[in-house]
Amino acid sequence: MNALISTALSGVVMMFAGLFIQKKQHIKYFAIAVLLVSFVANLLEIGTVQTGTHTLYNMIEVSRFSILFNAVILGATLLYFMLSGSEFEKVGEHVADYFALIFFILSGIMLATSFSNLLMLFLAIEIISIPQYILAGADKNNLKSNEASLKYFLMGSFSTGILLMGITLIYGAAGTFNVNELGLGSGDVHPLSISGIMLLIFALSFKVSAVPFHFWTPDVYDGSPTVFTSFMATVVKAGGFIAFLRLFHVSFTGGALSGHWLLVLALIAAGTLLLGNLTAVFQQSVKRMLAYSSIAQAGFMLLAVIALNETATQGIVLYAAAYSVATIGMFAVLMKVKDYTFEGFNGLARKEPLLALAATVFLFSLAGIPLTAGFFAKYFVLAAAVQQGQLLWLVILAVVCAAISIYYYFRVVMAMYFKTGEPEVEPFSPAFKAVLVIAVIIVIALGVYPGLLLHFIA
Amino acid sequence: MLTVLLILIPLITGLLTFGLKGSGPKVLGLVSSLASLAVVAGALVQFQHAPEALQLSVPWIPQLGARFQVGLDGMGAMLCLLTAIAFLLVFITIYNRNYERAGSFYGLMLLSQAGLVGVFTAYDAMLFYVFWELALIPVYFLCSMWGGEKRIPVTFKFFIYTFTGSLLMLVGIIYLYLQSPDRSFSYAAFTNLNLPAQEQSWLFWLLFVAFAIKMPIFPFHTWQPDTYEQSPTPVTMILSGVMVKMGLFGIVRWLLPVLPQGAYMWSDVAIILSVIGIIYASCIAIVQTDIKRLIAYSSIAHIGLMSAAIFAHNDQSLQGLQVQMFNHGINIIGLWIVVEIIQQRLNIKNMEEMGGIATYAPRMAIFLVIIALANIALPLTNGFIGEFLMFSGLFQYNAWVMAVAGLGIILAAVYTLNMVQKVIFGQSNTLTSTFTDLQNTELVALSLIVIVILFLGFYPKPILELVNSTSQMLLANIVK
Repeated sequence: MNALISTALSGVVMMFAGLFIQKKQHIKYFAIAVLLVSFVANLLEIGTVQTGTHTLYNMIEVSRFSILFNAVILGATLLYFMLSGSEFEKVGEHVADYFALIFFILSGIMLATSFSNLLMLFLAIEIISIPQYILAGADKNNLKSNEASLKYFLMGSFSTGILLMGITLIYGAAGTFNVNELGLGSGDVHPLSISGIMLLIFALSFKVSAVPFHFWTPDVYDGSPTVFTSFMATVVKAGGFIAFLRLFHVSFTGGALSGHWLLVLALIAAGTLLLGNLTAVFQQSVKRMLAYSSIAQAGFMLLAVIALNETATQGIVLYAAAYSVATIGMFAVLMKVKDYTFEGFNGLARKEPLLALAATVFLFSLAGIPLTAGFFAKYFVLAAAVQQGQLLWLVILAVVCAAISIYYYFRVVMAMYFKTGEPEVEPFSPAFKAVLVIAVIIVIALGVYPGLLLHFIA
Repeated sequence: MLTVLLILIPLITGLLTFGLKGSGPKVLGLVSSLASLAVVAGALVQFQHAPEALQLSVPWIPQLGARFQVGLDGMGAMLCLLTAIAFLLVFITIYNRNYERAGSFYGLMLLSQAGLVGVFTAYDAMLFYVFWELALIPVYFLCSMWGGEKRIPVTFKFFIYTFTGSLLMLVGIIYLYLQSPDRSFSYAAFTNLNLPAQEQSWLFWLLFVAFAIKMPIFPFHTWQPDTYEQSPTPVTMILSGVMVKMGLFGIVRWLLPVLPQGAYMWSDVAIILSVIGIIYASCIAIVQTDIKRLIAYSSIAHIGLMSAAIFAHNDQSLQGLQVQMFNHGINIIGLWIVVEIIQQRLNIKNMEEMGGIATYAPRMAIFLVIIALANIALPLTNGFIGEFLMFSGLFQYNAWVMAVAGLGIILAAVYTLNMVQKVIFGQSNTLTSTFTDLQNTELVALSLIVIVILFLGFYPKPILELVNSTSQMLLANIVK
């Protein structure tokens, strides 16, 4: 609860901060400070949920798990502010407003980690989505940014309609909005609930950009200001997944119910893995490659949703952390390189060894190489899927796709280390370097000893 | 404790080396490899008296039940010895070379040594997997940064091949882990699984493909000749001398005891693939003109015999296999050292352009002849005992298989002697007449190799005794 309240309040405070803080630089520091408060407030609550959950009006339930996930989300955002906060000024005039919108998105994610009512789920998804439409169009004078915003808004509102329709059908079948009491699996499965679940799958697949509901993703990610793409592709996506996972693990299991949707979701995951990876191979711009890679990674996270077991829950936390840190870091490096094509990275290792080394660690993590966080993230979701028992074909497919992903992630590494060139790099501060090193340390620490994070779930 | 030290020495010195400049890296590399060799010697002594003192097991990821569990058995100790000797030989040979960005070069070499030793000592499947990858990544960078013209696509192919294999192995490991009663990755838990035959049958392929790519066995070998050719020769020495042993080791350590029935079911297929590999690679080796590719194909042929021996499932073949793992490593590194010396002086790989070197470098010529004879497995060289045992094991398995595989020896004589003749005998030309004989460091490295070759050729007992316990343990498991 603390995190939800503090992030929502921080959003309001940030909106007014623009009026009182004159220097744009200081807005960033203020935002970091405010976010730190939310981070600490979130952790303080852990005492109240030592055993079981803390429920509020049957609408929200706070658990250890939700607090841990909030911490991951807030921590990743903190890293994002520190690495890319100064890029906000380059987007446009209203720096404080951008920060405010991001805080609103965060409060939506906090709601998504703790909803216990379908209406709250709807609210959470909407609170996450609407600020994104604005952020996508933040670069007002850029036609591509306008297009991204409009496209995202149209498709997004359409999928929201589907989400609402799904919730309505489920309500028709269950007679309640409370996710813990739906009881759809007991006795004969009502056709209404199956169609409701299908609509929810489609709507949520849209939000996490799973195939075949992904068409907006490359355009929106490419068109939006890069600094916001970085946020949308990481933290926001993780937030969407936590809603997805919680809903399906809590409400749509039991009896024969999961059998009705498992295959559909498995096919969506398979499509996401294949298409994301195969398309990423053919990209010429690193930014677009990362957009498709985010689709591919979503396919892996879908495995956790499908697996329906404890390992999957641990896996999604680790995956969210590993993926967010690595992608945020990679985008931070990308924004320092002026040319976004693969050739733009040629010879970076000689010119900026630290930048290249950090990027290599992040890319290794995304590719799932051992001793980086991404390896254990992939390990957990794969283990969860193997444990589930019926999805070995999907696991093998995922593994093949992971091997394909090596191709496009290593293209960047090859460009940086093995090719010669004169990359144009924007100057960066020692503080940026320090934060980058911290991010690298986080990635490697989680890769050597994932217990650091998992310790809190147990 | 000594086992951990074996991993830590190259790991720490490797990381340190990245920061060094000038002659710092090569000195530290040499010191580190000497230290490793000393520790291996200590471990071997301890292995005779108190082998359990070499085991260590501490919790690593309690949520998973993964432990940092390392130890040495006969085969592990033998391969650690080979690794230490190989790196020492490499560092001695290249001591007088000056590599661009030497700090990174030696650092990556030492990191790959840490990974290799980790693979040979891990008794926890998760740890094994992590080291397996750790050994690969430095080599990828070494080949891509210091290799030949086509290095980037070639090493990329190598990386994707082996990584795909590793991932399949990971799925197999996850599956085995989920079957273990106490959710553990430990070797003991894995070997006690006793899975139904049908599950073993498909799990076999998940693991086998990973190992087969690493060795490589026909038809998974296509990355290998290109990679050996394009890599800088010191790296090729490690790749062919030690790294291919990872695949053989993986089968002996993890595949046979964990999936004995699976291995038994598919042994015919594995042996046939291996024997095809022997004949196929030998024939290609005969027509090669590039010396690096010739040795690469010769290595495929030798590895093919070893993998056939694994699946023959008897005492002699397993014993011979392990002895040959060591000796093949020594011999092929010897051949690569000669190649490195020739390349250093003449900068050519085509054997048609060589010839008559014996006149100008008689000492090198003698060494090359001895190493070449060991490569053919002539009696009184180290290669003989291993191949003899393997053939006798294969004969017990099936006389026809042994007969076909035996052709490999004849073919090996053809291409090896052909190579010797083209390289050092015959007419010299303007290029080869500038050839100078061995420098001190090269002399030391080659002398060490020839000493090992002759010593183990006369008296192979120490190495046979070292690996005996492993093959006894394996046979007990397979029969069970």
